[in-house]
Amino acid sequence: MRLYEFEAKEVLRRARVPLPKSVMARTADEAAAAATEVGGPVVLKSQVLSGGRMKAGAIKFADDAAAAKAAAAEILTITVSGQTPTGVLVEERREVVQEYYAAVTWDGRAKRPVIIFSDMGGIDIEEVAEQHPEHLSRTHISNLAPLSDYQAKVAVSRVGVTGNDLGPLTRIVAALTRVFVERDMTLAEINPIGKLADGSFVALDSHMDMEQEARGQHADLLRSLGIPDEDTRMARPPTEFEIAGAKVNDADTRGIAGNITEFDGNLGLIIGAGGGSLTLFDAVQSAGGNPANYCEIGGNPSVAKAAALTKLVLSKPGVEKIAVMMNVVSNTRADMMARGIVKGVIEAGFDPAEKIAIFRIPGSWEDEGFAILRKYGVEFVDRSVSMHEAAARAVAKMATT
Amino acid sequence: MSILIDENTTFIIQGITGREAVSMTREVLDYGSKVIGGVTPGRKGRNVHGVPVEDTVRAFTERERVDASVVAVPPAFATDAVFEAIEAGIKLVIIVTERIPRKQVAQFVEYADQHGTRIIGPNCLGVISPGKSRVGGVGGAAESTRRAFQPGVVGVMSRSGGMTVEISNALSEAGLGISTAVSIGGDAIIGSTYAELMPLFDADPATKGIAIYSEPGGQSEAQLADYMRSSGSKLPVVAFMAGRFMDAMPGMRFGHAGTIVEGRADTTAEKIARMEAAGIRVAERIEDIPRFLKERIG
Repeated sequence: MRLYEFEAKEVLRRARVPLPKSVMARTADEAAAAATEVGGPVVLKSQVLSGGRMKAGAIKFADDAAAAKAAAAEILTITVSGQTPTGVLVEERREVVQEYYAAVTWDGRAKRPVIIFSDMGGIDIEEVAEQHPEHLSRTHISNLAPLSDYQAKVAVSRVGVTGNDLGPLTRIVAALTRVFVERDMTLAEINPIGKLADGSFVALDSHMDMEQEARGQHADLLRSLGIPDEDTRMARPPTEFEIAGAKVNDADTRGIAGNITEFDGNLGLIIGAGGGSLTLFDAVQSAGGNPANYCEIGGNPSVAKAAALTKLVLSKPGVEKIAVMMNVVSNTRADMMARGIVKGVIEAGFDPAEKIAIFRIPGSWEDEGFAILRKYGVEFVDRSVSMHEAAARAVAKMATT
Repeated sequence: MSILIDENTTFIIQGITGREAVSMTREVLDYGSKVIGGVTPGRKGRNVHGVPVEDTVRAFTERERVDASVVAVPPAFATDAVFEAIEAGIKLVIIVTERIPRKQVAQFVEYADQHGTRIIGPNCLGVISPGKSRVGGVGGAAESTRRAFQPGVVGVMSRSGGMTVEISNALSEAGLGISTAVSIGGDAIIGSTYAELMPLFDADPATKGIAIYSEPGGQSEAQLADYMRSSGSKLPVVAFMAGRFMDAMPGMRFGHAGTIVEGRADTTAEKIARMEAAGIRVAERIEDIPRFLKERIG
């Protein structure tokens, strides 16, 4: 889950990283008051969960409260990568003499955190890595050894920083590393770190992502930042349909039936599980079909849960039929799935034979499942029909593609 | 032959009294696997389908040989269970549990490395050497498992447990069969990646080809491509790449914890290009996998 810049900076402030003075504003009037409070020339930055703010015109400068109000009013109307800003961060404007880059992230190959540091901050770090590799260091840290500041010192020193700059930069990078490790981040970045004319350093912008699985362990932090549990922080906010899918899944603990993502097609999908869903979604698209949704179902969900998911998918406007498909199942029972889905279709007021374009769940208890489907006249296939073939048959039944 | 496990492999199940673990115990026993015990703290003296339960891992390792452990405890206790297995000297730990935070996974993987223990998973369904043994629930009921996993010549590695079964089933139906299939897990950090398991398959005389299932996110496919270029491996490798639709949806997570497009290197297009450049054949449909392998294995 991604933090907004103002939240990431609050995390840094608590870790004693020096920052420019800033105040968060939700409205243009608040921004005017914030500019007065901060004092002097300010920068106003749109608070969205994506990059590309400068390009979108969502970062502006102002010299007084009136100008800040006008700038904020405009920023609040600009969407950045489809996202509406949650507010504007009004921040003291600092003149910097040099910019640095610092980040801690996971190296999946080394299976360790890696500190990335550069004395060429403020620009695309991938570009620095490719064109100026001597200006970028990568320093891996052990998962087991105690965290120690020397690791940050090595990272900073490797690009040639020494003298009076080494100490303060080491402290900032060490603090960032601690935040990353202690708060289960997947990315903790400060870009840029600005060196001011007086030789001191401040964190000018920050980006943090916390691991989804670790949210529960950091409920204290998230609460203190005012982030509610239902705030998923995905690349786009969940739709009502997706929130309803999460409720279906949470209704009981048996198995998974949910994790819905909404698309705008006409073929509803009841597909599973993790890898099977990815494969089947691709298969429907490659056969020319238009999925109404992505979802996951597996881990032997209850009949009630499978029925609830089915009803939800059928309730989506524009859904003409549903395709029910899974890979060869291990622990999910094909008969329970058949029962749940037929029940859901009937309870939604439809005829299973007409509404279910194809049913392909081979594996455990398939004969019992096939018996149910036969009774209701639903077209089903066994494992001898591939996932891609099953998807193509479902797509072929659609009136429009 | 096979890799990791064979008919002599003895193992325990940590968290054996949990609902899913109880049915897994039934299924591995029915398959003929040598599950010799289970661990659930406070349940010493009970049994699950006749398998004795102890409070600690050491209760078993102190009195008999234990080759492997399956960790099937809830995420909050999984890390503790893995450390216990490593310290008790078990050399193969297969972690079924999902949703273990990445930091904890990285910690026990590093600890396992220091102790010469191999980790498979987390978030996997286990390992099967068809006709010999199965450690973990992969395949489900024994009869259905025997049908999907017939003994043969292809090594399978998959980031998806379900797709391990689907792909193995396709290879079995095509008459190629499986030497060993490994559900490697769907998390961003896992104990054993494709490239880290490849040397075992390279050394296994029964394995004549490799099938892998891959997804967006992470560097495992790039690492495998590097391995194929540098190792001199003679095995033909066919990869199936799922989640192609995700290339256009950066920042959205689908399927597994590790499945997200955050940068260009995470996309299926980039992974396919890298693998093809290293001589790995990429299949668009599951049914292409046995066909492509047959062209190379004969």
